[in-house]
Amino acid sequence: MTLTQHDIDQEIAAEHAAYEKRVADGAPVEHQPRRDYAPYRSSILRHPKQPPVAIDVSQDPELVELASPAFGERDITEIDNDLTRQHNGEPIGERITVSGRLLDSGGRPIRGQLVEIWQANSAGRYAHQREQHDAPLDPNFTGVGRTLSDDSGFYSFTTVQPGPYPWRQHVNAWRPAHIHFSLFGTAFTQRLVTQMYFPSDPLFPYDPIIQSVTDDAARQRLVATYDHSLSVPEFSMGYHWDIVLDGPHATWIEEGR
Amino acid sequence: MTKIDTSNPEAVLPTPSHTVGPFYGHALPFPGGGDIAPVGHPDTIALRGQVYDGEGNPLPDAFVELWGADPDGHVPQVDGSMRRDTASGGFLGRNGVEFTGWGRIQTDAGGHWSARTLRPGARGQSAPYISVCVFARGLLVHLFTRIYLPGDDAALAADPLLARLNQDRRATLIATDGGNGTYRFDIRLQGEGETVFLEFQ
Ligand SMILES: [Fe+3]
Repeated sequence: MTLTQHDIDQEIAAEHAAYEKRVADGAPVEHQPRRDYAPYRSSILRHPKQPPVAIDVSQDPELVELASPAFGERDITEIDNDLTRQHNGEPIGERITVSGRLLDSGGRPIRGQLVEIWQANSAGRYAHQREQHDAPLDPNFTGVGRTLSDDSGFYSFTTVQPGPYPWRQHVNAWRPAHIHFSLFGTAFTQRLVTQMYFPSDPLFPYDPIIQSVTDDAARQRLVATYDHSLSVPEFSMGYHWDIVLDGPHATWIEEGR
Repeated sequence: MTKIDTSNPEAVLPTPSHTVGPFYGHALPFPGGGDIAPVGHPDTIALRGQVYDGEGNPLPDAFVELWGADPDGHVPQVDGSMRRDTASGGFLGRNGVEFTGWGRIQTDAGGHWSARTLRPGARGQSAPYISVCVFARGLLVHLFTRIYLPGDDAALAADPLLARLNQDRRATLIATDGGNGTYRFDIRLQGEGETVFLEFQ
């Protein structure tokens, strides 16, 4: 039986309604997706059925997970955050500047940590062997970047606007345009991999991956804001996207400084 | 709204997680990602295992990150895990001398991963362990677990996490000794023998 967009739309609506009802009945707001989200079929066999075992980090300040791996200047090169300069020629597409702050749950900047990104090219094609989408590869675009957050927690990338792409989960399945982000905090518990989207994408309602974040406000936090002050004259469109890392961390160390 | 007003604590809410998807392979893994142990270090151990889904099929599109203390129980704050070459723009690999404690290893076509790192020392109340973070296509939020090494039964018995688990579940966190400093640690995301995953609060 062919899985259609209509089937997926109904499942998304049912998951959303179930979440709204849970909240109305007094359940807490869910800032994170659930790992078992059937409209995204790949999650079905890949989520644990046992509840996670909770560890109260305040019971032991020596936990390895309360420290984070360190990265430094030798882990990046100067043009790693400019995806338009990694080849001999200019990549095709609308140039964009994506910038924002890396913050902890207290709103404090996370300094000197590794921010990694990867994305499709402007035609919606990844420079990845397993990618099957019949859209042109761009010899001048790999779509991979990395940088370190600065002393105020800011990161910045220059790249091109990624295209949306089909992904075959169901007939006519399309991913909204997005940039994948991988982030480290001050504690390994704050590790995050996520995706940044662009404002007003018409594909949002149809995509089970963004809809896996069933809380409307939480989902909005995945969408960058157009920021004219970040647009570079005669060069690029600017987007601002702040990232807040969840997870407990060793605040007592920070407060002592 | 993604410009966050940090002066208002109620506006500072977490960014949701998303799956890594299938196409991280040209972005996140790097050469020597699992060669965490400095070359020739006497406390080197070799770890290997497979990652399985709920039907027992190996995952060819997962990766693990390992994070651990050195043999003295000291957590390194050393960069250089993914050193880059400013001339070619490529990866240089680790320098083979310093221990950063962190590595990233992609599963192969058969779902296998392997790494060489240093035998961790004990910290706090815990038996020695290596922290593991698992990512995969289909996994909407990464999963944390731990690799404990077999051998020191007293230390394992006193570990606060292991003490809370029944015998079957506890066994999923303890690697199997393969001799000569080699250990096997499989990760089962779902179903029979499901690995114990952790949530830090
Ligand atoms: Fe993608």
